[in-house]
Amino acid sequence: MPDASLRKKRPLWYNLSPLNLPLPGLVSILHRISGALLFLLLVWLLYLLEASLASAERFEAFKRILAYPFAKLVLFAALWAFLHHLCAGIRYLLLDIHRGVDLATARLSSVAVLAVSLALTAVLGWLLLW
Amino acid sequence: MVNRVVVGAHYGLRDWLAQRVSAVVMVAYLALFGVALAAARPVDHAAWKALFGRGWMRLATLLFFASLFLHAWVGMRDILMDYVKPVGLRLALEVVVIVLLLACMAWAVEILWKT
Repeated sequence: MPDASLRKKRPLWYNLSPLNLPLPGLVSILHRISGALLFLLLVWLLYLLEASLASAERFEAFKRILAYPFAKLVLFAALWAFLHHLCAGIRYLLLDIHRGVDLATARLSSVAVLAVSLALTAVLGWLLLW
Repeated sequence: MVNRVVVGAHYGLRDWLAQRVSAVVMVAYLALFGVALAAARPVDHAAWKALFGRGWMRLATLLFFASLFLHAWVGMRDILMDYVKPVGLRLALEVVVIVLLLACMAWAVEILWKT
């Protein structure tokens, strides 16, 4: 029988690296990161909307901006951030009304959020940006 | 003397609720926008502009932007409260966020009604 007092002295060491999080935790931190990213891109995205609506000439300029590989890359990141934030947000709204709060369902829905947002990013990115 | 308890858990309730109500408004708008987009299938500038030309679409889009900026404020405030500990710096950053979002709101009105 091991000595209980020895076991008590063992230090607690929490690995808080995002890569070591359980999946619902990963969805949570990505929800925050994607929200922050969307905030940082807000002015540029509004600028793109303005350019696309202002006039036919500005619309052509808007299309030229979208042709830049770097612009495509940033929009691709924005698309993922938006879709992840949307899917995770819908999951949180459901959790708020006590839908899917048991561990098994919550784990499953967190996997679904990651998978659906990545798949939609691939499909919509392909359709809209290429 | 008023025996007032100045602690409680309800101070964040309004923001908590605003974040969720604005989220539901935005999801509803996205569904509406998706349907309108699928119906119109705009391929050029004229069709894209016409999509936002109808009164109800402008109003719905403005409601979306108001929800977006309110939602962004609550989210950014949460982030600043968690990571920026010096009070002066946090206040300054909060003011920057508020001013930026108010400017964005005015810009959104201009974008929607100028076209």
